[in-house]
Amino acid sequence: MRDYVVKRILRSFLVLFGLSLAVFALLSISGDPATIMLPPEAPMSEVISLREALGFDQPLHIQYLKFLARAVRGEFGNSWQYGLPAINLVLEFFPATFQLALAALLFALVVGIPLGVVSAIREGSLVDALGLSLGVVGRAMPSFWLGIMLILVFAVNLKVLPTSGKGELRHLVLPAVTLSTAFLAQIVLLVRSGMLDVLREDYIRTARAKGLQPYTINMRHAFRNTLIPVVTMVGLTFGRLLGGSVITESVFSWPGVGRLAVQAVSARDFPLVQASVVVFALWIVLANLIVDLLYAFLDPRIRYG
Amino acid sequence: MAVERAAEDVFPEGRLYRRRGLAFVLSWARQHVLHSLGITMTALVVAVALLAPLISPHDPTLQDSKIRLSPPAWAEEGSAEFPLGADNLGRDLLSRIFYGARVSLIVGICAVLLAGLFGVVLGLLSGYLEGRFETLIMGIADAQLAFPSVLLAIAIIAILGPSFGNVLLVLTISGWVIFARLVRGTTLSVKQTDFILASRSVGAPDYRIIFRHILPHVVTPVIAVANIQVGQMILAESALSFLGLGVQPPTPTWGGMISDGRVYIWQAPWLSVFPGMAIVFTVLGITYLGDWLRIVLDPKY
Repeated sequence: MRDYVVKRILRSFLVLFGLSLAVFALLSISGDPATIMLPPEAPMSEVISLREALGFDQPLHIQYLKFLARAVRGEFGNSWQYGLPAINLVLEFFPATFQLALAALLFALVVGIPLGVVSAIREGSLVDALGLSLGVVGRAMPSFWLGIMLILVFAVNLKVLPTSGKGELRHLVLPAVTLSTAFLAQIVLLVRSGMLDVLREDYIRTARAKGLQPYTINMRHAFRNTLIPVVTMVGLTFGRLLGGSVITESVFSWPGVGRLAVQAVSARDFPLVQASVVVFALWIVLANLIVDLLYAFLDPRIRYG
Repeated sequence: MAVERAAEDVFPEGRLYRRRGLAFVLSWARQHVLHSLGITMTALVVAVALLAPLISPHDPTLQDSKIRLSPPAWAEEGSAEFPLGADNLGRDLLSRIFYGARVSLIVGICAVLLAGLFGVVLGLLSGYLEGRFETLIMGIADAQLAFPSVLLAIAIIAILGPSFGNVLLVLTISGWVIFARLVRGTTLSVKQTDFILASRSVGAPDYRIIFRHILPHVVTPVIAVANIQVGQMILAESALSFLGLGVQPPTPTWGGMISDGRVYIWQAPWLSVFPGMAIVFTVLGITYLGDWLRIVLDPKY
């Protein structure tokens, strides 16, 4: 177990290293910041002195190490739009994104797991048809469009929920449902097919032959064994929920990092883009690490594999 | 009677044959509702994209301030001249949806071809060579799977600027992983078989083993996945366009149309409803088509 944990943590660092290289490479090909920051008519001597001041006259590997040293301390410079340290802005907006992602995750699990289980147990029933079509359509729908349609129905026509903003619980409903739908669809399909596979196993037949209650068979014997892939997917999905939050937050004007990042991109506010990408990445790597460790804990085959 | 029937089967003639052909298609369609639906829907979208200049009632970029935000034909103030109404700049919505199919399909297909090409080659090589190369490639793949592709796309486009080529680039970068992992897995198992051992022992060079003996085993699963991926790429492209990072105006894109229409959700909801329905229709059709392809191509079926 300890070997596995150490290996897994090392791999997380490797991922972070690769990511820092990618961010640095992106910044390098974005061109010479001195020519972007100065007016085009600035004399060459000024451009050169700014380049020296920013350290862009040094070899690439030195530049990378300096970038890394600053990134580790969270120094990405001031946001060009707000004039505040980019990292502070991102951290200030982060809780809202976290809240939204968590609500979406909970909604998907609370609705998706029971629906998947019932769909499998009652294969071919009306519930199964509902589960299957939700699974297929949910994945074929662009989330931003779903969000706009929800606004159209619940805010514009029925006037029961607000279109945007943050504050009370009712502000959270539409964004969370929007963000969770694609994930919910996947959960339903995954739990359904997992359950169906397990229900065909010999030990389920044995349990039935023993005369166990169907409820005990379904819950204790079958359902437990379908949970492991669900846990894995929750881990992978944390990343995807964040990616989705970029879009959902834009639709509902939710004050999170996703919307901040999109605005930073359109304003070409590079320090802010960098800070949000790095914070997102850190969270995802951490979430994956936790899930993998949890996974090893749940399934002994992985620990010793 | 039975003999006559059999004779008809063996020597079908003229009209009789045609009717049997159609009857066959219809009975197949009745048994495979979703699959025939998928084939029909996809064919329809492809036809619309190809024939957009012929079937569009208007020029998709022509602005006419007199018809700004006019509703669809079935609404009270709608006119049959603009079947789905017009947008905020007075452009015919139906024509824009027809032309939007072109961007979606071209981007979807090209991105899958590029991602598939890189993914298949890297997957073949890392499965065949194993060792350090495999560790490197699969490490990159894992790292990328852990990272949300939307964010990656945004970061890249923020720096390179939005354009058709950059949209393809971003989608290729986020799409190759799924192919590489799939192909690597298949390659690893095919490599264990006796016929690979046989061709190696008669002295076949590596490239010949990879491309003549392993590649054919990989093609079937790749085609099935590629089809589903076209749908996913279309969704990703629409999201980029929605955020203003996709193919730029005045080229009509479905995502961009929804983004424009969102502002007018109170006065003109149809502006965002119909392009979204076009996306769902397309992706659903491709999904069902892929389901059918997967079964047809499966050698075990």
